[in-house]
Amino acid sequence: MTRYFTDEHEWIEVDGDSATVGITDHAQAQLGDIVFVEVPRPGTVLARGKEAAVVESVKAASDIYSPVSGTVIEGNSAIEDDPALVNADAEGAGWFFRLTIADPGELDGLMDEAAYRQFATDLA
Amino acid sequence: MNINESGWRPERPIDGDKVGPGAKTFTGNRALMLEEPLIFEIGGADTTGVDLPEPRNLDSDRLGGLARTTPIGLPGLSEPETVRHYTRLSRQNYAIDLGLFPLGSCTMKHNPRLNEKVARLPDFADIHPLAPISTVQGALGVIHELGEWLKALTGMTAGAMSPKAGAHGELCGLLAIRAALEAQGDARRVVLVPRSAHGTNPATAAFCGFEVEEIPANADGRFDLAALKARIGPDVAAVMITNPNTCGLFERDFRAAADAVHAAGGYVYCDGANFNAIVGRVRPGELGVDAMHINLHKTFSTPHGGGGPGSGPVVFSDALAPYAPLPFVEQTAEGFLLIEEETAGRNHAESFGRMTAFHGQMGMFTRALAYILSHGADGLRQVSGDAVLNANYILRSLEDVLDAPFAASGPCMHEALFSDRNFGEGISTLDVAKALIDEGFHPMTVYFPLVVHGAMLVEPTETESKASLDQFLGAMRQIAQRARLGDQTLKCCPLEAPRRRLDETLAARQPRLVWQGL
Repeated sequence: MTRYFTDEHEWIEVDGDSATVGITDHAQAQLGDIVFVEVPRPGTVLARGKEAAVVESVKAASDIYSPVSGTVIEGNSAIEDDPALVNADAEGAGWFFRLTIADPGELDGLMDEAAYRQFATDLA
Repeated sequence: MNINESGWRPERPIDGDKVGPGAKTFTGNRALMLEEPLIFEIGGADTTGVDLPEPRNLDSDRLGGLARTTPIGLPGLSEPETVRHYTRLSRQNYAIDLGLFPLGSCTMKHNPRLNEKVARLPDFADIHPLAPISTVQGALGVIHELGEWLKALTGMTAGAMSPKAGAHGELCGLLAIRAALEAQGDARRVVLVPRSAHGTNPATAAFCGFEVEEIPANADGRFDLAALKARIGPDVAAVMITNPNTCGLFERDFRAAADAVHAAGGYVYCDGANFNAIVGRVRPGELGVDAMHINLHKTFSTPHGGGGPGSGPVVFSDALAPYAPLPFVEQTAEGFLLIEEETAGRNHAESFGRMTAFHGQMGMFTRALAYILSHGADGLRQVSGDAVLNANYILRSLEDVLDAPFAASGPCMHEALFSDRNFGEGISTLDVAKALIDEGFHPMTVYFPLVVHGAMLVEPTETESKASLDQFLGAMRQIAQRARLGDQTLKCCPLEAPRRRLDETLAARQPRLVWQGL
């Protein structure tokens, strides 16, 4: 399994032709306490870079974009029930959705972990 | 003769941790700051403020057995208890009539009492929207004259008075754009919205069925003209630009952007919520705007909490005028006519329809027209000048103690924007906002716009005196210094308010929206 990152602070972990998507620890720290999450329903067709989920914190409401195009397999209902899970474990149990990848070529432009951590550090 | 010439005040005796703000009194009150319970916690089931005769010949079967058998649990209060409850609560409220209200993007300016006097005249306040138009010529005249002012001030040719607030006006503008495109058989789907625009703009476009694409901002806080031009194409229905934008900056490239959008067959929407910064100085029609809403409740006073609802009339260019919604008022030799579906006829057959049941917010029309007429054209020009002067006074007086990310982008318009960049370890924008409450000010807008980290958006408005601004600046400078030094006591603020820092996270995650069993 390989994990990639976007400059919109999403991570995507690829496992064969499917993948899991979430937001980075840096993103949850910037958002502050998350109070509401809406994840996509199974079967939803997502386009790369388009809105896939919604997250609201005490500071702001934000869209979460899909790093690649594909079809949703499952949304993480656990974070809808307990949004604090995203703050506690953004890059683990706080994942947002799983999808089947339509075009593996879309992964090419994404950052690896080291590149993303440097990108996030440079923003501060 | 002064009976206390020395100004000496006895110290409160030291008694463990009960000294200082919030020290306990028997009642929980602190002098005139009263501790007020919920209305359900006052009185009892056997108390009532009304005395009704016992019902006679009560037929308990009239409800078919559905009559309630247990008490509903409403609070039981006498009339004086009720009056005191709400009067006490009202004293804990902060309002523009109490002090400076620097809430950026909201334009919390003083609401002249003349507006209120005019709005309460029975010939405006007590009429019915379905009254025969021959009996309400004066009211229709107000709507018409206000519309003429709005068109003159914006340099536009048509208007729609019925939208009820800013975002409703945005919807009106985009519906007109959609109607114009449909009339041409054009199926454009994309609306471009710069990051420096109001958050309602993408929401409106999405609500209207368009696809929203974001245009990045430049380092100076304005939209990126090159990026906008690069994206313009045959699929772009419109661009929505807030001018002045949410960073409090005038969009200097607006005309160039509008020309490029027009050349490609698209339309230009301007979010005019910040029109108060340029009223009397810029006619948006000359910048190439096709539709723009005006927040009467901002630019022409009566802000939120200042006396009533919003109102968001829209003005249109020649290109969109045929698609403007019904109803509207027309002046003829015989008097004012109300043009509705039955009376629209062939001339207005392309109207996209109706946004509201009736004519709009009459109370806001009278207030706005009273404001405009009492200021006059020269007064309105001074309004925008003073609003910009006050905001720049704030910006330049604080830029040495707070980070002002766009301080080098030229003068700001009506609001000054700061970031949390220089704060010490662990100190956040929220802490600064809470400390302002202790100083007796309503906090500024925080964490908006999103393009600035830990944003603090201060809009002083033109109605504040220099003395009032200096008092605010004194408090802000002191708080900013503490934030810079990482003073952790800021985390305890507010110390002096009736309530300390509320758990906003818990309130949002587990909201309790009803009283106990209700």
